[in-house]
Amino acid sequence: MARAVTPKKKAINTAAAWAIGLLIFFPILWTILTSFKTEATAIADPPVFLFFDWTLENYQVVQDRSDYMRFLWNSVIIAGGSTLIGVMIAVPAAWSMAFVPSKRTKDILLWMLSTKMLPAVGVLYPIYLIFISMGLLDTRTGLVFILMMMNLPIIVWMLYTYFKEIPGEILEACRMDGAGLKEEILHILTPMAIPGIASTMLLNFILAWNEAFWTLNLTAAQAAPLTAFIASYSSPEGLFFAKLSAASTMAIAPVLILGWFSQKQLVRGLTFGAVK
Amino acid sequence: MNLERSLYTASVLALIAAGSAQAQTTITIATVNNGDMIRMQGLTEDFTAQTGHQVEWVILEENVLRQRVTQDIATSGGQFDIMTIGMYETPIWAAQDWLVPLDDLPESYDADDILPAMRAGLSYEGTLYAAPFYGESSMVMYRTDLMEKAGLEMPEAPTWDFIREAAAAMTDRDNEIYGICLRGKAGWGENMAFITTVANSFGARWFDEDWTPQLDSPAWMEAVTFYNDLLANYGPPGASTNGFNENLSLFQQGKCGMWIDATVAASFVTNPNESTVADKVGFALAPDKGLGKRANWLWAWALAIPAGTQKEEAAKDFINWATSKDYLALVAEKEGWANVPPGSRTSLYENPEYLKAAPFAEMTLQSINAADPENPTVEPVPYVGIQYVAIPEWAGIGTTAGQEFSAMVAGQQSPEQALEKAQTLVADEMEAAGY
Repeated sequence: MARAVTPKKKAINTAAAWAIGLLIFFPILWTILTSFKTEATAIADPPVFLFFDWTLENYQVVQDRSDYMRFLWNSVIIAGGSTLIGVMIAVPAAWSMAFVPSKRTKDILLWMLSTKMLPAVGVLYPIYLIFISMGLLDTRTGLVFILMMMNLPIIVWMLYTYFKEIPGEILEACRMDGAGLKEEILHILTPMAIPGIASTMLLNFILAWNEAFWTLNLTAAQAAPLTAFIASYSSPEGLFFAKLSAASTMAIAPVLILGWFSQKQLVRGLTFGAVK
Repeated sequence: MNLERSLYTASVLALIAAGSAQAQTTITIATVNNGDMIRMQGLTEDFTAQTGHQVEWVILEENVLRQRVTQDIATSGGQFDIMTIGMYETPIWAAQDWLVPLDDLPESYDADDILPAMRAGLSYEGTLYAAPFYGESSMVMYRTDLMEKAGLEMPEAPTWDFIREAAAAMTDRDNEIYGICLRGKAGWGENMAFITTVANSFGARWFDEDWTPQLDSPAWMEAVTFYNDLLANYGPPGASTNGFNENLSLFQQGKCGMWIDATVAASFVTNPNESTVADKVGFALAPDKGLGKRANWLWAWALAIPAGTQKEEAAKDFINWATSKDYLALVAEKEGWANVPPGSRTSLYENPEYLKAAPFAEMTLQSINAADPENPTVEPVPYVGIQYVAIPEWAGIGTTAGQEFSAMVAGQQSPEQALEKAQTLVADEMEAAGY
């Protein structure tokens, strides 16, 4: 039952939502603003907010100095590839756990999640050595594989929760109509779970896009994605905050735009199953 | 006889031709995003034009770079053909046979022209293992106008007591002018680099000849208390999180009376495009306590070749290009003498054009020459290194101890407590490492 909302309450709520939203968005906004400043203005104290001489110089320099498109393309392939393969593996796994659970299903789910509890750096050397011997260092294939493995528990968990919301009777009915396993998953389950799958993919794409441990440690020149592109503008001896900000803005722009366009889908997917 | 000779010449020519035909080697170089390295990337075309080799750059943040190259070299990952490393890593890695010795560079390279202090720091058992791309020491940078206003005159070689007096006289908190800016951010290459040099000048040392940690000595107590008081009374607020870049920014904004840090900062603070105080900066040697050791460090960003690279020849060609005298001339021609990478070659400091363009050149050279990594302290020590101890455990020790001193500057603990904790940490670590 909906509660009555007075206009005053609504105004307060709206203002609070805007304030929190701005607070969270502020670091990104500041990065974007800084990217249009000169290096001297970027470190000015007191900081200048909007009234400075806007310049595109930093973007020009970043464009000249690094091959943005190559980093971008690597990011797209790595984030996209790992998400796609992850979902392909996770859909059948989540299906079996949601609809034909066994005595140990809950344990398996927990165990899968427990792999996320190990700090990544703990397995850095073993993984590095495996990558050397398999010739996967600095390849996109290697990164697609490792990021897929990293995110798989989250994908399975999310899909599992969505699938649990789908009434088992519908699947039973289609089985009685003679549908095989393949038809059941492809034609009945998947279309019903599309919002859930879409938001899972979106979230994983963002996670993989922003992943900065494995992507920095397992790449050199060839497979380096945008995280390495950002890292290359940080300097131990020298103030290049404006250029660093320009590089960061260029790196987050694609995924930020993607997020904005699919906002509805994302929110719906994330709250799916929360309201009964 | 004649036939033989012409056959020989022909085959040599054929070899050269074959060499240049298949010379399209691509080498991968890992480096940091410092100004001099950025210029080097911009000039890569000249190297390619001379040798035919292509270059792929991997540019990383300093700490990431260090971790990344260590991991690659320790596992023979073979991702890089040249790595940018420092003076700390070079002897340790050379001892592990991880680096290709650079003892066969051509005569035209003139290895004897490398500044002796740099050469010593980048050698292991007398052999050069990394070529200095640029080098630095540390010195006092101060505001000439504020010094004059305070009625003081900076000597060329000040003492710590003078520095304290000057810091007190220049501090004007109401106008946000702080007498002295120093590093406080935790890290073996951040605050510990500076604190260690202060300790050296106060007669302290990290270890005695038997590798027993000495942080419980009176000299350490005196040095650390002095450093802490200096920052607490005359330093900027939030000094415990200030590193090189933060202090550079403060100095360029005109908020520091003095700043003791890397000599390479001199070109930044005197650059009118970046600095609001460009024409009011003076330089002096790092201070001392009258014990015969000044608080100046020695560091080089150097290029080294990991053992096991498939492209050793091309990598050597690159080092021969990037750290040569010709390279310095090339940078001067394209970007002016003030932008030439400093601190690597003697001949640069004999060049009148450079001396004219870089007012800080002489003080840089004096500071570098005053640094002796093999005898860094008043009392003898079993280790090499001025602002670091060239043992593999140092990075860990320095960083954990650095956190204690940073907490001290933040006011969370006293110098006694910080030193006591650091002593215990270091003793445990060294015992575990089997010293």
